[in-house]
Amino acid sequence: MRTIAKAALGLFAALLLGSAQGEELAPDVLVKNVTLEVVELIAKDKEIRGNRNKLIQLIDEKVLPHFNFTGMTALAMGQSWNKANAEQKKRLTEEFKTLLVRTYASALAAFSEQKFEFRPLRAKPTDTDVTVNVRVLQSGAQPVPIDYSMEKTAAGWKVYDVMVGGVSLVANYRTEFNNTVRESGIDGLIKSLSAKNRTFEAAGTAPQK
Amino acid sequence: MRFLVSAVLLALLAACASADGDPRDPFEGFNRGVYKFNETVDEAIAKPVATAYRDLVHEEIRSRVRNFFSNIADLFIGVNNLLQGKLQDGVEDWARFAFNSTFGLLGIHDVASDMGIEKHNEDFGQTLGRWGVGDGPYLVLPILGSSTLRDGFGTAADIYTDPVGDFRPIRLRNSAVALRLVGARADLLDASRILDEAALDKYVFQRDAYLQRRRSLIYDGQPPREKRIEEGRSLRTPVNVEPAADVNNVRFAQHAHDR
Repeated sequence: MRTIAKAALGLFAALLLGSAQGEELAPDVLVKNVTLEVVELIAKDKEIRGNRNKLIQLIDEKVLPHFNFTGMTALAMGQSWNKANAEQKKRLTEEFKTLLVRTYASALAAFSEQKFEFRPLRAKPTDTDVTVNVRVLQSGAQPVPIDYSMEKTAAGWKVYDVMVGGVSLVANYRTEFNNTVRESGIDGLIKSLSAKNRTFEAAGTAPQK
Repeated sequence: MRFLVSAVLLALLAACASADGDPRDPFEGFNRGVYKFNETVDEAIAKPVATAYRDLVHEEIRSRVRNFFSNIADLFIGVNNLLQGKLQDGVEDWARFAFNSTFGLLGIHDVASDMGIEKHNEDFGQTLGRWGVGDGPYLVLPILGSSTLRDGFGTAADIYTDPVGDFRPIRLRNSAVALRLVGARADLLDASRILDEAALDKYVFQRDAYLQRRRSLIYDGQPPREKRIEEGRSLRTPVNVEPAADVNNVRFAQHAHDR
């Protein structure tokens, strides 16, 4: 319970990425820039933590451009992805994205002063699929590793999975998604994702500590 | 004879088919019951107490409490590292204990981390895993939460060797154990809220994260790669799709659409 919840926190405290300045930034440089930028913005703006809409706006601007949500959704769905038609794929991606962004906003609200260690990228210049390692240092506890799986696309490097403390976000949704698809089909999954997102919206207006 | 073999195979298949759930979690029904019980206890007692602790006690003090218990834990983290043959890590753990207990004033300051001696995460469950003991079925233990058969034995050994258990008088020991629990739960308040928000089915989400996390810990963050590929192909889904539909390919196929 202890380790798992810590991992879960890290998981979302981790989706720190953003800001496209120049498409051909190396993936590790990109991760570092975006992480530091987001952390600085949050440190500067005292009220942002209590303001969910402002946080979501920050994520939309700085972080989202660097994620491949269609790829993430496909990976999280596993083989069920192929049973969905184009329209269903679009809706699944939309709902999953909303879920991740809202959860991430909530993780950012809980973020306190932690130190990051950016590790040098161990990859060949020709690689198109790399893992960028970051570690969050904290007193009295083992550093939490955050690994971004990134691939090179025509639009620059995109994140398609985040692993925090060894827990892959994408893999962690796979069982849930597959169970729901088995029980109530693709549309059932879309429905339950959007229901989950709506409960967020209802509760989201209350200030979060 | 052939008939017998096929009969046995059929029976096995039937057993697999009827167990619709996750093969890693054969006792899911029972586990969900315990999970529900734990949630109830948490909502009624642990969470309110932990919230009060966080709101009433300054972070400075809470961090000293955290460091104090973390320092005590380093002793057996070192033992476990030695049992796993990681001599250097074990020596580091004991060096941490030595520095923090003295210069860190009985551990309330984590001076060792400031000196660059990193804290490790080890326990007897991980040691057993390192020795080749498999997870065994997933288990939810009362109060303690997510575990597996192997980690359950590990946790029993952790509790048996816990230095805090030797604190005397008994009242001091009980207070220390309670304080440690409250502090640990308080550190998880944000995480458990995030879990509530992230998961469609909290039980499944937490189970899968636990199993992934333990696997990563056993291999100190470097688990062997082949298992990942296996997971990616999702063996539990019937293979009625053409090979090009493999998840790993989907990702790249998708890019073609994006462009």
